[in-house]
Amino acid sequence: MASQKLQSVPGSPSGETALSPEEQERERAGQAYFDRIIAEDSRIEPRDWMPEAYRRTLLRQVSQHAHSEIIGMQPEANWITRAPSLKRKAILMAKVQDEAGHGLYLYSAAETLGQSRDKMMQDLIDGKARYSSIFNYPAVSWADMGAIGWLVDGAAICNQVPLCRASYGPYGRAMVRICKEESFHQRQGFEILLELSNGTPAQKQMAQDAVNRWYAPALMMFGPPDDDSPNSKQSMAWNIKRFSNDELRSRFVGMMVEQVKVLGLTLPDPDIRFNEETKKWEHGPLDWNEFKDVLAGKGPCNAQRMERRRQAHEDGAWVREAAAAYAAKQAQKEHAA
Amino acid sequence: MTSEHTTDFAIEGHGDISVGVSGAGASGDGSASATRITPGNALRPEDIALEVRRGTAKPSGDVAEYALRLGDDALILAQRLGHWISRAPELEEDIALGNIALDQLGHARSFLTYAGAHWDKSEDDLAYFRREPEFRSAHLFEQPNGDFAVTIARQFIVSYYQFELYKRLLDSTDATIAAISAKALKEVDYHRDHSAQWVLRLAGGTEESRRRIIRGFKLLWPYVEELFEDDELTARLAEAGAGVQPSTLREDFDRLTGEVLAEAGLDAVNDLGLDRIPQSLGGGRRGKHSEHLGYLLAEMQVLAREHPGASW
Repeated sequence: MASQKLQSVPGSPSGETALSPEEQERERAGQAYFDRIIAEDSRIEPRDWMPEAYRRTLLRQVSQHAHSEIIGMQPEANWITRAPSLKRKAILMAKVQDEAGHGLYLYSAAETLGQSRDKMMQDLIDGKARYSSIFNYPAVSWADMGAIGWLVDGAAICNQVPLCRASYGPYGRAMVRICKEESFHQRQGFEILLELSNGTPAQKQMAQDAVNRWYAPALMMFGPPDDDSPNSKQSMAWNIKRFSNDELRSRFVGMMVEQVKVLGLTLPDPDIRFNEETKKWEHGPLDWNEFKDVLAGKGPCNAQRMERRRQAHEDGAWVREAAAAYAAKQAQKEHAA
Repeated sequence: MTSEHTTDFAIEGHGDISVGVSGAGASGDGSASATRITPGNALRPEDIALEVRRGTAKPSGDVAEYALRLGDDALILAQRLGHWISRAPELEEDIALGNIALDQLGHARSFLTYAGAHWDKSEDDLAYFRREPEFRSAHLFEQPNGDFAVTIARQFIVSYYQFELYKRLLDSTDATIAAISAKALKEVDYHRDHSAQWVLRLAGGTEESRRRIIRGFKLLWPYVEELFEDDELTARLAEAGAGVQPSTLREDFDRLTGEVLAEAGLDAVNDLGLDRIPQSLGGGRRGKHSEHLGYLLAEMQVLAREHPGASW
């Protein structure tokens, strides 16, 4: 359904066919315009000429981001029915609902790059598209709702605030709205942990266990170390990415190390320190083999998350078909009238 | 959280009480959208809790029992609907069903907070620490989600019932019941719109969707009569002007749902056979529940009961 609303996006040339002189001129002018926009740190809009690789990179990044929001609903939805107070239940419902909304903005932003939401959804279900690996870990206790909000959403914010200035207009604008909601999510996660930490010994233990489990995976959300992140350089040259993975990770550690004191909990990392020479926060070693394993589908919940999405999509097929058929009949009636 | 000057809904006339939602006027009112309520105006359970603590809101025993019924209906439905979030047929419905669940949960929290004032209990005491026979929900609310058509059929019946109920409760002599109903009415009006549109789409969509929505109505219709049953409590409350006799809602419910069904091309007699569907004896208002409620409560209450006395 979403594909009908697609804007017409200028086609991009494939490298294989020979270009006419006029086309070559258009390409040259397009590239010059694009280079100037990037140099001015201004914004590329959907109808502007853009290099094919820029379009592909963005489409991959924005759609992955959208998929992450959608798959990311699952670990938290897992606790909606068991939330331990009605107020917490309401907050959690609203949060997971926000994530569906983020998915929608992001799919819309990605559609301006020339791909339909239906196709992106299908790629996700077919296992052709990725989503953030963090959601392949299980949310096994109520305190995970706190740790996910505080650490996972916290890491996401560190990553996403600079994306508000991304060179692609629709993406940057979507991120502004998303970041506002994410920072609210992070605060509610912090508040859950604070309440647990000040609660009974069992509650405090629950909170500490959750922080212990989510800390390393949250740090790995920033992606591999800079010397092992081949795409980062190009993304930074295009003003999509503004800071390197390690830079963002270090900033995040610096924030968490202060906040965890307020929580009265600890981070499971004895090696955290502020390096006076580099003026950066450093953390202990991360298990990048585990990161790669989870990315390769070996996480505790990879199969479960995909199956749940597939099931919802397939179970809903008849509903989407009905809505489309009804809309077509209505349009026909209006046309006849 | 709560600022003093926005909480005196019973005395100063809370924003939501005074806006134009009387009579059938709420339909088609652009400001009636659940998503467009001015934040400062929305009546929150915390406001009621504050009134209770101050001693300015205290329900009679009858009103508390009544609020328990309304609150339990909304709570059980919210619990059911919450399950759809991340499982809906499309993202827009994850959001819409989530929104309806949130609205119902909000109503439940308000009604239960108010009811609890009579027994010196909190909303959470009532939600998490009552046993199954102490719940007062009607059987319709307890019915499993089924497929999307069953959920829509249930929501359609519920929202038309709740709309008529809350509309009349605007005039309740109990200021808190009237205030909660005023907020709920606007939101339930939106729920009516959502479910009616889906009834039209499913009935007029494909053969399969039509078959499924018909099945949904047939599955749930046995639980309609219970919603409209009067008893001694409702008789006393109607007499006192604080509540309504459920039977008095039936005519408008039948007429308005009938209009939508007719527009959907669903003949109540020929297609749905509603007139021949035996009506379940019900009993939810007396604590006699379906087999489904126990599982629902077990899931909802498990964590809170594992840590009695803890705060979250």
